[in-house]
Amino acid sequence: MAVAPFAAPVPVQAESLERGSSLWRDGWLRLQQNRIALFGLWTFMLIGIMCLGGPFFTGYSYESTEISLRASAPLERIVLKTEFRKVGEPRESYLALSSLEDEFLGQSPAERRAIIERVENGNEFREGNAAYRLSNQRHVFGTDPLGRDLLTRVLIGGRISLAVGFAATLVSIVIGVVWGAVAGFAGGKVDTVMMRFADILYALPFTVIVILLMVIFGRNFVLLFVAIGAVEWLNMSRIVRGQIIALKNQEFIEAAISLGLPTHRIIFRHLIPNVMGSIIIYTTLTVPNVMLLEAVLSFLGLGVQPPLSSWGVLIDEGSRTMETSLWLLFFPAVFFTLTLFSLNFLGDGLRDALDPKSSKD
Amino acid sequence: MIKIIAGRLLQLIPVLWIILTLTFFMIKVVPGGPFSAERQATPEVIAQLNAYYGLDKPVWRQYLGYLSKVVRFDFGPSYTYQSESVNEIIGRAFPISLQIGTLAFCIALVIGVTAGVIAAVNKNKLLDYLPMSISMLGICLPTFVLGPILALVFGLVLKLAPVSGWYGLNYVPLHPAVMPAITLGFFYAAYIARLTRGGMLDILNQDFIRTARAKGVPEHEIIFRHALRGGLLPVVAFLGPCFAGLISGSFVVEKVFNVPGLGQEFIKSVFNRDYPLILGTVVFFGALIVIFNLVSDVVQLLLDPRSRK
Amino acid sequence: MNSEGAPQTGKIISSLRSRQEQRRLGQAVKTVIGLITVLFAGFLVWKFVRGAAADRSSYSLTLREANRNKILLMTVGSEPRTLDPQEAQGVTEHHIIMAMIEGLVAPSINDQATAVPGMADRWEHNDDYSVWTFHIGEDRKWSNGDPVTAEDFVFSYKRMLTASFGAQYAENLYILKGAEEYYKGKTRNFDDVGVKAIDEHNLRIELVGPTPYLLSLVQHDSWLPVNAKAILKFGNIDTRDTKWTHPGNYVANGPFIMKTWRPNDVIEVIRNPLYWDAANVKLNGINFYSIENANTAGRAFQAGQLHKTDQVSLDKVPYYRRVHPELIRIDPSEGVYFYRINISRKGLDNPKVRLALNLAIDRDGIVKNILREDQKPATGFTPPGMGDYTPLKKITYDPERARQLLAEAGYPKGKGFPKFTLHFNTSESHRAIAEAIQQMWKEELGIDVTLENQEWKVYLDTQNSMNYDISRSGWIGDFIDPVTFLSMWTTGNGNNNTHWANSKYDALIEQAARTGDPKARLDILHQAEELFLSEVPVVLIYWYTNTYLLRPAVQNWYPLVLGNHNYKYINLKDELERAK
Repeated sequence: MAVAPFAAPVPVQAESLERGSSLWRDGWLRLQQNRIALFGLWTFMLIGIMCLGGPFFTGYSYESTEISLRASAPLERIVLKTEFRKVGEPRESYLALSSLEDEFLGQSPAERRAIIERVENGNEFREGNAAYRLSNQRHVFGTDPLGRDLLTRVLIGGRISLAVGFAATLVSIVIGVVWGAVAGFAGGKVDTVMMRFADILYALPFTVIVILLMVIFGRNFVLLFVAIGAVEWLNMSRIVRGQIIALKNQEFIEAAISLGLPTHRIIFRHLIPNVMGSIIIYTTLTVPNVMLLEAVLSFLGLGVQPPLSSWGVLIDEGSRTMETSLWLLFFPAVFFTLTLFSLNFLGDGLRDALDPKSSKD
Repeated sequence: MIKIIAGRLLQLIPVLWIILTLTFFMIKVVPGGPFSAERQATPEVIAQLNAYYGLDKPVWRQYLGYLSKVVRFDFGPSYTYQSESVNEIIGRAFPISLQIGTLAFCIALVIGVTAGVIAAVNKNKLLDYLPMSISMLGICLPTFVLGPILALVFGLVLKLAPVSGWYGLNYVPLHPAVMPAITLGFFYAAYIARLTRGGMLDILNQDFIRTARAKGVPEHEIIFRHALRGGLLPVVAFLGPCFAGLISGSFVVEKVFNVPGLGQEFIKSVFNRDYPLILGTVVFFGALIVIFNLVSDVVQLLLDPRSRK
Repeated sequence: MNSEGAPQTGKIISSLRSRQEQRRLGQAVKTVIGLITVLFAGFLVWKFVRGAAADRSSYSLTLREANRNKILLMTVGSEPRTLDPQEAQGVTEHHIIMAMIEGLVAPSINDQATAVPGMADRWEHNDDYSVWTFHIGEDRKWSNGDPVTAEDFVFSYKRMLTASFGAQYAENLYILKGAEEYYKGKTRNFDDVGVKAIDEHNLRIELVGPTPYLLSLVQHDSWLPVNAKAILKFGNIDTRDTKWTHPGNYVANGPFIMKTWRPNDVIEVIRNPLYWDAANVKLNGINFYSIENANTAGRAFQAGQLHKTDQVSLDKVPYYRRVHPELIRIDPSEGVYFYRINISRKGLDNPKVRLALNLAIDRDGIVKNILREDQKPATGFTPPGMGDYTPLKKITYDPERARQLLAEAGYPKGKGFPKFTLHFNTSESHRAIAEAIQQMWKEELGIDVTLENQEWKVYLDTQNSMNYDISRSGWIGDFIDPVTFLSMWTTGNGNNNTHWANSKYDALIEQAARTGDPKARLDILHQAEELFLSEVPVVLIYWYTNTYLLRPAVQNWYPLVLGNHNYKYINLKDELERAK
């Protein structure tokens, strides 16, 4: 049983080679096993795609008003009214079938009902210089009080809300994590000064800051999420600092220090990844907060300008007309809620997937 | 410990001074003054009013004059509540916001922590998804939607709570603070639930828990005695801003239920450019926030010996 | 290494200590949570029990009790800034002050253009309406027992015209002879001003010119009297913002006096036994609630907390009109909704363009579909209801002519027309109307306009500094006479803000101010408005209505164009009313 000293190495099968794996790769594999998280991911991407491309396919504009249509219910039949004028083209306008009655208030209820039935059965009704006929228009989500298709509005609103949500959150994460980590790790005077600075910023009246910024730089849409992000980072930094302080006294950090690793490496390579779980959780809490904050700003007149809209604005408008047109609240709220649910499930899944300790489960 | 508290309280003074100064100069830059109205008064009148309130002096002199009054705790007259001083306004409005805020805080804490613990312990089962989903709803439903819904249900339909006002509403059983507090508290309960769950899960994954289980320590002891303390850490870090936010951010519920609290006063003062009232409320809220952050940090220190030097 | 071992042991010891501490602290946390739970539960129970077992003090009322006790429950909008008549600025303040302070004359029960005796029981004027004498009734008293005298009015006007006091509507009194000079400091003696107490009960008022509408004018806040003793107790004649307006200090001469004032919540007034006509006052008290949010006010009404609201949210109007028409009231109102045009901007400087902008708007559509409160499309600036003045019918909906005019102005189909911005303050209805009009201008004229909503003060600033292209505006009349709508358009007037200046217009207004014959005067004002509408530095939209909810139990609440109701006529029917 002599082993040839210089025998050629046995060719090894590729599959049996252990591929070097990183935290992120492991995480992705684990995430794929978490069905709820995947559901969150796909739902969110679906909504994202709908908001990006959807408005082109609905066939309606988000901004052109049709005030005679008012707030029609989802899938309600729409009547086309053609008025023949002495000079020029006949004028076309749209009415909801339920408000057709208001056109003939001068006649008796029985006559009105007859007219409505006629139109409902697909016939044309003429009175004076106006003709009424059923049209092919269908609004899946109904229309808003100015007659604009709600589905299109919700999708456009989604673009704004998502853009604001992510941009502002990104701003707040970057600033907040770095700030909190540095403060927590450095401790002492640096920590005190940094956190006092955060305290001061937190106590400043947010409305005044935003009004001021809006005035100096104009009603800039980008400015909106910088302003929001600049306020949101404060909480993030607090949480991160708390966690860092708890972690920095642990042995593995002591080891890193005694190994002579530079501070920024310790912070970014060792401390922050361990705080990742809290960061992700807090991020998934920040995005809805940001979107709601944007809604409050719009409600105060400082957010997106009409005819653009956002989910927050649509929900606010819808909640005011809750008792008469529930769909105006329902659909934006469903989209909003669904997005946030998805982000949360995804966030939870990411948290579980990325936590190196949970792999022992 | 005492040294830390005393040190932080001393720091309150420069912090408040900075807040005051920054706000003072910011609101001077914002356009629109306190005396403009849809029906414009004559320039003589505006000049007269500016002179009366000292707004015609150079900004530096205004600032110093204001500082000298603030040091004596006099925040000046209000431009919109013309027969009241800022001190009086804060004195009547703050207790109302405090009542609502405290009640909401209790609701948020109790419901949030309970839900979070239950969810963490029953991870990935129904008892996890159910409370977390309901809490998600709390975050997604803005207060200006939840409020009117609750007002509708409990005020109009069940006639249990008042829909508007604060005084003299003794013909309904629930105090006017209850519905606003629930509306507000629900939102923060959701936050706290998620933070609790996250924190608990972090702790429950650690080795010392595993050891305790292996040693046969009963599950409820593990949860309450070992895990909870560490698991509540992120919540405690959040409590300071939470309480301060409840008090100063109650603007929307105060508006929906028409409650004369300080949050509403503050927002109105910004829109009316009522400078003394803006400054007074900002300094007041600033002090509150700093104090609550201090309390939160102290509790954090108490709970986690690792963070002591 | 040994040095490693030492820290190791230390760590074990410290961890031992910390385990004890851990147990203690764990217990502490449990206790804290337990305490909080108990506290919370106790809090709720306490509130609940307190609420259920509470006393029924005079301001805790259900509708039924209110009807029985004849206490009117109404909202007035936002919290009043002051209840001092000489400092008051808004309609909210006026409606509350009116309950407590009565002027020389008071509104009649059902016609805003006629007046009934107030502090004055008779009056007369000279031929051209420039000198009036009012006789103060001998039985008129203040609530502190003092008799009301002519001197009270002199004092009040002096206070109004004292520059150091800073009354914001001081210029309302410039119509008194010598008032403007006194205010600006040109004369020092108030005797030079045209108001004199001939004796205790006779007040002589001299005006700069014929003023046939004086009776309507003197009902406004700026002409109301105050009790000198009550004012001077807290300062001098020019001391602002004193506590004289607080309950207990407020001295009234009207049907009611102030009982409580809870800011941002409710102001309660009760019957004034010393009012000269107290025998004819039906109500025992009024509670003025300040609720800004229209939806909250609507809910309060439905919950049975109110007899009357001051507004109705847009989306509820059709519901009430269809399902509960007995609860909703839509009264014509003295106001016009319009857009100011900055005529110094290129493109907007051409009157043809401005007329085109006006003619391209389908006002009927807006009123019918967006506002739905039967507002009247504005065909002129001055709304109907100004006494004998007939409103003009110059502005209509004529898109063909609009396109023609635009082409004549050099912008066929809107080509080459500069882009401009339409400003308005944040509000649901302003936005809805603006979006509809934006659409109309685009479709009918090919003109693109951007919308910008601004926060209230910023918006006011923009408008007053004329930093805008087109700005949304509203104007409410102060009294029953067209001049309250037309005098603002003279050159350089502080409320003009459009750069529009026409010397012929100024001359006509001045001429009207010198014309003693009421009919001739109205003719001249007519001409002035014709001129105004031919150059039209505004976009006219609609004339206001006053829409509110009112329970049938409230009696004698007639539709009045200024909304100024004489509370002594109002009554409550004592009947069982179901809330909703």
